[in-house]
Amino acid sequence: MNRTILALLTGTVALPAAASAQDTIQYWMWDGQQAPVYQQCAAAFEAANPEIKIEITQNGWDQYWTALTTAMISGDAPDVFVNHVTRLPEMSANEVIVDLAPLIEEAGYDTSGYMPGLLDNWSRDGATYGLPKDWATVALGVDTEKLEAAGLSLADLADLNWNPEDGGTYQQTIAKLTVDASGKRGDEAGFDGSSVETFGLVLNPLSLGGETEWSYLAASTGWQFIAEPWATAYNFDDPRVAASLGWLRDLGRVHHFTPTVEQTGKLGAETLMFSDKGAMTIVGSWLIGLYSQSKPTVAYVPVPSGSEGRKSMFNGLADSIWSGSDAPEAAWKWVQFLGSDDCQSIVADAGVVFPAQADQVERSVAAYQARGIDVSAFTAVATPETTFPFPVTDYGNEIDAIISAALDRVMLGAGEPAEVLTEANEQVNSLF
Amino acid sequence: MTARADLVSHRESMPESRRRSALRRKEAIVGYLFILPALIGLILFYVLPTLRAAQISMTSWNLMRPAKWVGFENYTKLWADGQFWDSMWITLLYVMYNIPVQTALGLLIAVLADRLAKSVTFRAVIIAPYLISNVVAGLVWLLMLDPLIGVTNSFLGLIGIGPQAFLSSPDQSLVSVAAISIWRHVGFTALLFYAGLQSIPRDLYEAARLDGASEFAMFRLITLPLLRPVLVFVLVTSVVGSFQIFDVIAVTTQGGPADSTRAVLWYIYENAFKFSRMGYASAMSMVLFVILILVTLLQMRLLRGDQSDLG
Repeated sequence: MNRTILALLTGTVALPAAASAQDTIQYWMWDGQQAPVYQQCAAAFEAANPEIKIEITQNGWDQYWTALTTAMISGDAPDVFVNHVTRLPEMSANEVIVDLAPLIEEAGYDTSGYMPGLLDNWSRDGATYGLPKDWATVALGVDTEKLEAAGLSLADLADLNWNPEDGGTYQQTIAKLTVDASGKRGDEAGFDGSSVETFGLVLNPLSLGGETEWSYLAASTGWQFIAEPWATAYNFDDPRVAASLGWLRDLGRVHHFTPTVEQTGKLGAETLMFSDKGAMTIVGSWLIGLYSQSKPTVAYVPVPSGSEGRKSMFNGLADSIWSGSDAPEAAWKWVQFLGSDDCQSIVADAGVVFPAQADQVERSVAAYQARGIDVSAFTAVATPETTFPFPVTDYGNEIDAIISAALDRVMLGAGEPAEVLTEANEQVNSLF
Repeated sequence: MTARADLVSHRESMPESRRRSALRRKEAIVGYLFILPALIGLILFYVLPTLRAAQISMTSWNLMRPAKWVGFENYTKLWADGQFWDSMWITLLYVMYNIPVQTALGLLIAVLADRLAKSVTFRAVIIAPYLISNVVAGLVWLLMLDPLIGVTNSFLGLIGIGPQAFLSSPDQSLVSVAAISIWRHVGFTALLFYAGLQSIPRDLYEAARLDGASEFAMFRLITLPLLRPVLVFVLVTSVVGSFQIFDVIAVTTQGGPADSTRAVLWYIYENAFKFSRMGYASAMSMVLFVILILVTLLQMRLLRGDQSDLG
């Protein structure tokens, strides 16, 4: 130690070059699987822009938002961060993220290559608060081993239909895939619902967006959360959503083909699939990688179609710039690069998410294909006709709390869906 | 008369009270030096944040915009907020599930350890859960209590009890959270009681035994009264602690299902960090603070916590 001090005193230690003209851009994201991919993008960007350095920080989803808010208050938030539409209302209203519209115009940045609808999710009153980076749809994930054991093949599931009255071929398939302790299937006489070993369908606890739980069903009846983006009224008092959720409740409480909300516990659908308690589940495309590692027997078919056809939520993440960034120009450069073909092709080749640029999607499909995963069930529904957006409105967090509690009550059988949801809807609409 | 005798007589002539107060002052300084580190911590991490929270509670602040002064608006809003009082009720229920069982069980373990098992291993095992953080305890129990794949239901199945929902049923969730908390804290409670038991003079028991007192009579007439200061300490700290139940809920139920475990601290957290209502959350914290002070004063008064029956 003394030697170090001596060296410091006599100036023989090489100190880092003082005050270089280099900008350092802090970039935050929550997805651990994607962090290495964007590290590659950062390397490519730094090679092309030696005056800018990118530092990527990855934080789990649970801590991400609290850490981000805290960092914004204390003035050291990341210059650029991955954003989720649920946070858009609050962040745009409080002007903590930069409106990119003037920058896009000034730079002549071409936004026509994005998948249709993606950029709209991030716009409000002519302002744009993020550049899309990826997109996600949902599909029905099926454990092919259990499917074969039931004497079915993926082809049998390729065109399932559903209605809230008798559940259509979807319910028949779920019944067939449900097995009790004595080996009887859900569609056989003598099936014992109190001793189910494998459930035909397993789901996560229900949430407001219902992306992988219920909204693909309700939307297939023609129901919509809200009339248009940034609406000031929700439609949870609509009989179609009540009927859809009533069907889902009975699938568990009456038929025992899916765990009731009490049985599901907090560990969720993935854990149940991994531990062979479930034969099918709704998988969001961001989880394809996880399933390929932990349950490789899972393959994908499109979600069932209802009276209005097949519907999947279409959701995408975007990169936003913090309004407190002290290097806004370098930050904008990085955001443009993230949305460009240079970075999007790296994302596509990695095969962890679907890139936002439409012409890169084929490339990512091929990357999945090379790993033996057929993702056509996800890409087939990625059209404007077969998708609906996450309901983006003000008071998102309050609405989430109210609706989640109401969904809990419905699934617990505590009250009729129509009554519980209408009451919650009134509560929600009174917020505006 | 020698000079030395002179000196002695001079010292003796110094007023007794002055000598005493000088000594006391010196002792006081040393005393304050001893508590100084704790005092600094108290001021930095408790007093100042409390004052700041009181200030924030008078504002409307969403963290992202400058705070706006609103006076007592948050408090009047709170008075009419049914969800706040619901969460207070849930908290009170939780305290009532938690405290009696934890205290009785802790006392039982301590008495058994004191009278029967003198082994250090036994004491180490009893205290072990306390060494685990609440979050880890919550996670472990979340896995063990899982309705479908948890080990608890497998065991219950072996003795002919059907699967229980535990944390995912509104009827059982709060009791389950309380049980996890008791499991974690009972060892520490027992250890405190055990330490208290060591300070009770053994000859009291010998005398009682000579008089033919039963084990239970000795417990009721000697152990319990002489343990009162420890009992008060345990009750005050554990009641205050269980009013502040948060981490187990955050890990296992997040206030659900159907708001059945939305205790007051979880509601405060939701308001502060989910709904970005810092002012309102601070107002609720201040009200909780006042309630806890009142509860503590009441306990001290009822249990005469500052007096001992010994001597």
